[in-house]
Amino acid sequence: MAEERTNGHKSGSNLEKVLRAGHFAITGELGPPQSADAEEVIHKARLLKGTAEAFNITDNQTAVVRLSSIGSAVLVIKEGLEPTVQMTCRDRNRLAIQSDLLGAYALGARNLLCLTGDHQSFGNHPTAKNVHDLDSIQMIRMVKNMRDEGIFECGDEIKGKVPRFFIGAAINPFADPFEFRAHRLAKKVEAGVDFVQTQLIYDMGRFRKFMEQVVNMGLHEKVYILAGVGPIKSIGAANYMKNYVPGMIVQDEWIEGLRAAITDIPKEDKDARREALRNQGIKACSEQIKELREIEGVAGVHIMAIEWEEAVRPIVEGAGLLPRPQVE
Amino acid sequence: MIVGERKPLSEIMELLGGAQKVLVAGCGTCVTVCFAGGEKEVGILASELRMKSKLDDHAMDVEEATVQRQCEWEYIDPLRERLDGFDVVLSLACGIGVQAMNERFPGVITLPGINTTSLSLPVEQGVWEERCQACGDCLLGTTFGICPIARCSKQLLNGPCGGSQEGICEVDSDTPCAWQLIWDRAIEFDQVRRLLDIQAPKNWSQSRDGGLRKIVREDLQLESE
Ligand code: SF4
Ligand code: SF4
Repeated sequence: MAEERTNGHKSGSNLEKVLRAGHFAITGELGPPQSADAEEVIHKARLLKGTAEAFNITDNQTAVVRLSSIGSAVLVIKEGLEPTVQMTCRDRNRLAIQSDLLGAYALGARNLLCLTGDHQSFGNHPTAKNVHDLDSIQMIRMVKNMRDEGIFECGDEIKGKVPRFFIGAAINPFADPFEFRAHRLAKKVEAGVDFVQTQLIYDMGRFRKFMEQVVNMGLHEKVYILAGVGPIKSIGAANYMKNYVPGMIVQDEWIEGLRAAITDIPKEDKDARREALRNQGIKACSEQIKELREIEGVAGVHIMAIEWEEAVRPIVEGAGLLPRPQVE
Repeated sequence: MIVGERKPLSEIMELLGGAQKVLVAGCGTCVTVCFAGGEKEVGILASELRMKSKLDDHAMDVEEATVQRQCEWEYIDPLRERLDGFDVVLSLACGIGVQAMNERFPGVITLPGINTTSLSLPVEQGVWEERCQACGDCLLGTTFGICPIARCSKQLLNGPCGGSQEGICEVDSDTPCAWQLIWDRAIEFDQVRRLLDIQAPKNWSQSRDGGLRKIVREDLQLESE
């Protein structure tokens, strides 16, 4: 019955359809404001529209309070974009997660990203209590059971409409222990994940090594892997990510590329230098997408350009991936 | 052991308010071993209080008493006679000791002089690191003897988060990642396989989430008439 309604798909989301049809998929990201300003969400949605199959709506990203993922998702749907609701284990226990997901589904969300969540000590409420009732793998399994078995975590039957999400997760091929990373992906697959998005990739060598392991384990045939990319707009930003973002490796070639872009521009010409750096950031990102497309097992890319949404269109265009496919 | 840390003098002074006669009560067990509330620390705090209160122009009468264990009736009962005339007791025992005093001697308020922080291991001289959160359903048997509840900042049960880097937890550059430690042990014993099964959501009802925890051992209870 349920299968019929979604035409053989698990969720019937646009992202699922595009991936299933075998297209190289693109997902994007939209960060809600630290206020109740719907206009800001709508503004970003308009900038992003048509550049990707679906857009992650972050959930109190970096543990900073923001307009909720589900609330923003509704605004985004109204603008004609498909959202991917993000849900962390940091802020909600199993009751809250399930009830919010029933709500999100009722409001039209079809993609979900299950996350552990950044630790609250990084955010603007470091004295908060965290939850971590479930971990992300347990959340994936719970949501899959809601969809495929029609049951809640406790085993009770969902009487009535069942939330049918296309289930996603994040993976970080650059964190340690490196050898555990592919196994952790395997666990997410076993738990029932449909697609995964990777951490930002600025170390292609290590990513290739990771993908080799993934392909050897046959995981790429069981889950859609979207490689995470993001344009870097300044040398300072690159250094910051390299030195301060946990679980991030930035190879020097990225920084060298940015340096080279401004060598011929005099220091005083700040605007020109800024422009050149931005163009280089966009170009490097497009080039990287082309390279990623050639790697076995990569089903698409996830473009993270939070607070630089304008960059997404030229990036996708530069990679030769516009317009986006329409799948019925 | 139970580990604590002395509260700052300013906070203690505030807690004591206008008390005239204070008994500083230490404990000879855990907090003695972690140098937070044994006889020696009681002596130090008592003289600090005498000096500070004199400087503040309301000299307090401060006395000292340390018992072997503040968390057992039989050890605190002898304190009963000493409490006469005291406004407050300032306990340097853990939170259990403070409550034991309040329960046993309801006529006088016992205030906490230390912050009880954790169930910790003295990993080296002067360093105590948390090892257990008394979750009530010990899973050390599945994690090669390393506790992810106490030692992983996100209490993950299915492997490391994306922030583990070079063996260090993303939350604190001084803290080893619990899951790196677990992984290393699994490799050492050639049992990685055991980490690949999905661990189901934890039953937190055995932990504080289930409400007050209480053990009743009928076999040990004294026969009532
Ligand atoms: S699993 Fe629970 S009981 Fe065992 S060491 Fe950890 S917190 Fe303590
Ligand atoms: S880095 Fe390791 S210890 Fe820290 S939260 Fe992540 S998995 Fe847990």
